[in-house]
Amino acid sequence: MINFQTVSKVYNSHSVALEDVSFEVGPGEFVSITGRSGAGKSTVIKLLVGEEKPSKGRVFFSQYEVNKLKDKELPAFRRHIGVIFQDFRLLPTKTAYENVAFALEVAGRPQRDIDELVPQVLDMVGLSDKAKNFPHELSGGEKQRVAIARAMIHRPEIVIADEPTGNLDPLNTFEIIRLLEKINQLGTTVLLATHDKEIINDLEKRVITLDRGRVIRDEAKGKYILV
Amino acid sequence: MFTIISRIIYFGFKNFWRNGWLSTATVAIMVLALLVFVGLLLFGFVADQASASIQDKIDISVYFKTTTSEDQILSIKQSLESLSEVKNVEYISRDRALAIFKESHKGDSVISQGINELDINPLEASLNVKARRPDQYAAIADFLNSANLGAYTDGQPSYYKNQVVIDRLTAIVNNVSRGGFALTLFLALIAGLVVFNTIRLAIYSNRDEIGVMRVVGASNSLVRGPLVVEGVISGILASIFSLVIAAPIVYFISPHLKVFVPGLDVFQYFSAHIVRLFAYQLIFAVGIGSFSSFIAVRRYLKN
Repeated sequence: MINFQTVSKVYNSHSVALEDVSFEVGPGEFVSITGRSGAGKSTVIKLLVGEEKPSKGRVFFSQYEVNKLKDKELPAFRRHIGVIFQDFRLLPTKTAYENVAFALEVAGRPQRDIDELVPQVLDMVGLSDKAKNFPHELSGGEKQRVAIARAMIHRPEIVIADEPTGNLDPLNTFEIIRLLEKINQLGTTVLLATHDKEIINDLEKRVITLDRGRVIRDEAKGKYILV
Repeated sequence: MFTIISRIIYFGFKNFWRNGWLSTATVAIMVLALLVFVGLLLFGFVADQASASIQDKIDISVYFKTTTSEDQILSIKQSLESLSEVKNVEYISRDRALAIFKESHKGDSVISQGINELDINPLEASLNVKARRPDQYAAIADFLNSANLGAYTDGQPSYYKNQVVIDRLTAIVNNVSRGGFALTLFLALIAGLVVFNTIRLAIYSNRDEIGVMRVVGASNSLVRGPLVVEGVISGILASIFSLVIAAPIVYFISPHLKVFVPGLDVFQYFSAHIVRLFAYQLIFAVGIGSFSSFIAVRRYLKN
């Protein structure tokens, strides 16, 4: 499903974000990408969603060669992906309901579908009673659950989470990870970028470890190990 | 397609309402720009009226010897009227000249008594010639000179006596017209740039939101469309508010302008042309609102 082929990303001679990174992720997998700050985790995600282009190598997602997509092709491509960010990235002028609905609206889904699906997904993330609240009226954990609901409402092939628990307390962290596991159990591939040792160790799933832009470890049931 | 268009319009209205302060600030700046715009249109009207009023005061008078017959004068009048430079020619007969003279000196008993004691009418008939443009008087005066009218006329046409004044007035009229146009263009450009930058800043403050829309998979038209709709709404509201604000201001200023240009009624002009003024404002404001949004958002639509 995801295939990184000797991908490098060089911003300038002093800043090499990724160097000859290669890995594959199959459908239905739950893969954590870990490493210290600046190891290249976010760059992997940016390359995967087409926010950046690699300096070298190729990035494949399903039938798409992401690095060759043109600007105007990106919106349609991104509708196959659900993305969750550390800073939530909700639209501040939309309610929780509208933020979730927006992912369907951009895809041109009919209002009937939106009216049916959004309450279901908000219920799944436990936010039915907060549907009419704006982001500034929600706690960090609630915002992240809205972001998760938005990421999965259009049934993407993959959910990518970039440090989704970075701004959350332990209890909310636990809930968010449980939600991601639930999404994975429903058949969606999950790619989680985090440097949280406890999450990695607790998950007991595949871990790709990056260090200074290189893959130093790729284990099927990995642990958080940094030399 | 219909779904996307209706969503673009819906998002535009909703964002405009929810970004209350930002929308209000944008509309306020547009109102100020439009007030400048209306001011320029009215300034153009006042300048035209002032210039027309000055031009109306300029003419060439040709006085005829008392021995010249009315037929001869009317024949000269006809040939003057055939000139392309001539706007109109007014014939003042000797009797009419006397009537005008008496009327204008009726308060002066010495002159009135003196003129009544004369057995004959001492005043000469004349032709008052008005040109289409002030700079055409020289050509008309040349025509009068070259037509060998010396046998009929008394002295030279008044143009030569008043040449300096006419030339100066001509220069003033031309400068007001040229300067007014340049000033209008300059201020309209500044007003346009101010609005453009206001909208650019408004969109700049929304750049993160635009980024989120892109990540979620919104197409360029769905990102840009609502912002353009917001620009259109701002333009329409600003056009309405600026007219509502301008009307009492014009009403108050109008009598004061009459002092400078007799017969000038700016408020009457404003009222009579309010629909056209609104249309001009709408074109200016909606045009610049939607264009600015369209251009300003472009840089955030990459990646």
